[in-house]
Amino acid sequence: MSKRKAQQPENDRWQLRLYVAGQTPKSIAAMSNLKRLCETHLAGRYEIEVIDLLTNPKLAAGDQILAIPTLVRTLPAPVKKIIGDLSDEVRTLVGLDVRPAFAPDASWNPKVIAL
Amino acid sequence: MQTQSPAKKLTGIAKCPTGIRGLDEITDGGLPKGRPTLICGAAGCGKTLLATEFIVRGASEFNEPGVFMAFEETGKELADNVASLGFDLASLIRHKKVVVDHVRIERSEIEETGEYDLEGLFIRLGAAIDGIGAKRVVLDSIEELFAGLPNQAIVRSELRRLFLWLKDKGVTAVITGEQGEKTLTRHGLEEYISDCVIFLDHRVNNQIATRRLRIVKYRGSAHGTNEYPTLIDQQGLSVLPISSLGLNYPVSTERVSSGISRLDAMLGGKGYFKGSSILISGTAGSGKTSIASAFANSVCQRGGRCLYWSSEESPGQIVRDMASIGFDLDRHVRKNLLRFHSIRPTLYGLENHLVVLHKMVTEFRPDALIMDPITNLTAVGNDEEIKGMLTRVIDFLKNEGITAIFTSLTAGGTILEQSEVGVSSLMDAWLLLSMVQSASERNRVLYLLKSRGMDHSNQMREFVLTGNGIELVDVYAGLGTVYTGAARLSQKARDEADALERRQTEERRQRDLDMERRSLQAQLDALQTRLANITAEQELGLSLEKQRDDAGQRAESQMARARKAD
Repeated sequence: MSKRKAQQPENDRWQLRLYVAGQTPKSIAAMSNLKRLCETHLAGRYEIEVIDLLTNPKLAAGDQILAIPTLVRTLPAPVKKIIGDLSDEVRTLVGLDVRPAFAPDASWNPKVIAL
Repeated sequence: MQTQSPAKKLTGIAKCPTGIRGLDEITDGGLPKGRPTLICGAAGCGKTLLATEFIVRGASEFNEPGVFMAFEETGKELADNVASLGFDLASLIRHKKVVVDHVRIERSEIEETGEYDLEGLFIRLGAAIDGIGAKRVVLDSIEELFAGLPNQAIVRSELRRLFLWLKDKGVTAVITGEQGEKTLTRHGLEEYISDCVIFLDHRVNNQIATRRLRIVKYRGSAHGTNEYPTLIDQQGLSVLPISSLGLNYPVSTERVSSGISRLDAMLGGKGYFKGSSILISGTAGSGKTSIASAFANSVCQRGGRCLYWSSEESPGQIVRDMASIGFDLDRHVRKNLLRFHSIRPTLYGLENHLVVLHKMVTEFRPDALIMDPITNLTAVGNDEEIKGMLTRVIDFLKNEGITAIFTSLTAGGTILEQSEVGVSSLMDAWLLLSMVQSASERNRVLYLLKSRGMDHSNQMREFVLTGNGIELVDVYAGLGTVYTGAARLSQKARDEADALERRQTEERRQRDLDMERRSLQAQLDALQTRLANITAEQELGLSLEKQRDDAGQRAESQMARARKAD
């Protein structure tokens, strides 16, 4: 059950992966918090993949997931992990390294690191 | 080595054997089956090794697949570490007997933003367990979670849930934890795991490190409560449950030759008791090793096995030296009847010596053991500790029915009848060797100070090392002096001269008496002849007289008839 919400990326593209385990209150809260946050600050530049570990338990090892929910920022590098239901918006933004007024300059050329 | 009544076994909790030597004995069968066990201790005490052995032996020896969740090492590191112990972890992983899941938590990568739980860990562990049908789980070391996750309250509540969940899963779990300041583990894991707690210790005393293991608690099971010495070697971890032995070993009335026939004669004519402990004490150079080797040689000649623990000389040196007195020990070594274990006592602690000895005896199964000399152990322990260790050695050997010889060096100037490390009361027989100095030479003297349960000689013997072995010679004692060596020989010569003189005197006297007897006999013969003559003459006289009387009577009667008398 992966949901994709992709807009045509510019040279900065945000790839986010949210790990949940079933439709728990925490998971649902995390999903809605994430959606709201992305729409506000990263509109049109993000991609969210939701992985339910109950259906794909083997995927937990790849990203070293222990806590649920965990949000993994795979792009831009480096990898960042944010655990919790993302209810603390400021900390989520700090964790994702998102500045509300994000304006990449010409030297911003992120490398894609295969994970 | 506890005995349990069958009734108790029925009601007791099920055990999950670890396969680790000794640990299953002191836990009376293994870890509690289907429950978590906490292994704690300081860094480097062998927690991970114990946990790994639990998984590897479980998979390879007991056909119980296992999951190893490693928080500290990667699967490859783990496999490399245990490969040196002969465990092929990689092959077990390939055959789906073991799953190693490396869990990496990087605090710097993680940001907390609200409520969360550790369901991810549960799912990973659950997937791994279900994937191979695991019966055993190791979490090494779960305390990394405290370091990796900022919210301690969540970690604590999740751990509580995890241990309950593991119990529900019915897996036997081993959880490792680092020792804390005043608690068993740094983060108080012992609060959650209350079924079985094992504490590992690695202590350094006098620059010598000793590993120990202790079962802090074990709910619902009898267990040994002491600190048990442990050893990590090429075969992994082993625990020595020797102090759990009691004084109820079987005794034998069978005898074994000491290898010296005169010594056997001193020992009631048959030698040592099989399975007894013999102490040979003496000053430097008094021949302790020679007497011990004589025994080793005789055991091997009869086809028995002998283990020779030497803390002073190398095997080569013992073989060479003993060849000079006619013992071909090398032959026995080649036949694998004699095995040497030469080791400096300072190499490791007393406990480790004990464990190594225990292991060797268990593997080699000797009929006899020689420890030469025990006094060198003072380098790694005080008398009290050595006595404790030797008590355990003796108890163990007696249980196995192994005859043991311990040699003890008596320092010059000390009382002879006092063994250096105070072990004489533990011994069944005690041979005392001493050097007797007289007339510019020193000679070896042996006597039996004690020999339990047999009629033994109270005589001192001089013993002489010859090219054909050891000979015991009677010593000459007189006027409060013991004659040995040259003095003994000169005394012997003097005695022989005296004897010759006595013999010659006697012969002379015999001759004189003989002559006198013969002359008397001659006189006796002459007198008897005379007596016979006299008797014959008397008889002849009487008969003539009778004839004359008869003739007279006849004439008278004829005359009367002629005169026609009335």
